Amino acid sequence: MLYLALFISFFKIGLFGFGGGLAILSLIQMEVESHGWMSQQEFVDIVAVSQVTPGPIGINCATYVGYTTAGFWGSVLATSAIVLPSLIIMLSICKAYFWLSNKFQGNPYYEQTLRMLRFTVVGLVASAALMLIKPTNFIDATSWFIFAVVAVLTILPNFAKNKVTDIISHPILLIVLAGVAGYCIYA
Amino acid sequence: MFLQLFWTYLKIGTFTLGGGYAMLPLIQREVVDRQGWIDEEEFLNMIALAQAAPGLIAVNSAIFIGWRVGGWRGVCGAVLGAVLPSFLIILTIAMVFQDWKEVPAVEAAFKGIRPAVVALIAAPLFKMAKSAKISWITALIPIAAALLIWLGHVNPVWVILATILITLCSIWLSSYRSSK
Repeated sequence: MLYLALFISFFKIGLFGFGGGLAILSLIQMEVESHGWMSQQEFVDIVAVSQVTPGPIGINCATYVGYTTAGFWGSVLATSAIVLPSLIIMLSICKAYFWLSNKFQGNPYYEQTLRMLRFTVVGLVASAALMLIKPTNFIDATSWFIFAVVAVLTILPNFAKNKVTDIISHPILLIVLAGVAGYCIYA
Repeated sequence: MFLQLFWTYLKIGTFTLGGGYAMLPLIQREVVDRQGWIDEEEFLNMIALAQAAPGLIAVNSAIFIGWRVGGWRGVCGAVLGAVLPSFLIILTIAMVFQDWKEVPAVEAAFKGIRPAVVALIAAPLFKMAKSAKISWITALIPIAAALLIWLGHVNPVWVILATILITLCSIWLSSYRSSK
């Protein structure tokens, strides 16, 4: 039954995960939390690991949750399940490529739906962040200080785009620095 | 073709941090510029389709290019190449992480990392909102979506389905009215 539940959950995430990467986080969070597969802390930790390792965040989460809940085959199953909807949908698109590119370009139903989904996806990412603002992740005032510094540094290139802001806004550097800060403060 | 696509995607998958979007320029250099498997225009169409379709952008693009270049075998090679590096890396981490978590130094480091991760998720909202050309009125859509999920505990799947349905119905209604 656990295998079936894993398969259904990650198939759903693959099927409704519009907008890629961060947008998919709120879906994963909702699924793993409602099943009790991962604590809030574990979820944040795996997102942190995903940011510093190569590969898509969805695959990383599927592999990790699959392994921790059902071992090696669980990780194979969850990872296959998140890829499967893409395979079905993208292959259909490929097969109908020339037909599609004529019919869909300029089709008001298609274009308007995509436009609206882009708005919704912004809300999904916001909800992923909001759901993580909890005492388990923000243990004291220092946590908020780290949050503020990282947020400001990440937004910086939007206002002043140059080599320096590009480097100091890099997620890997920021996570490593936050880890070092955490070690110095809490250890 | 299976092996060639597998290798290409394995290389890209192993050396790109930051997921789907970060992969795209590398895929372009490898597939369009170096191998010449598809041309620039088709590549841009591919990106549009990979983003519009649900699922992971890196996987979607691997499926498209795999199919155009080598049919079924191409798809298998490209998808395996794109997925395998992160699968193996995370599997290794998952195996040892349970023990590492107990180490006080690691636990302390993660106390600092957790708020940083929340900031890394929240900060790109700024850019996303800008590129989606959100106005004061259309900002209500993401705000409503976020509140429904965050405070209402509505599954994001329903929010996505509702967006699609409401949009389709409203266009249909307005075209129905104007045709009368």
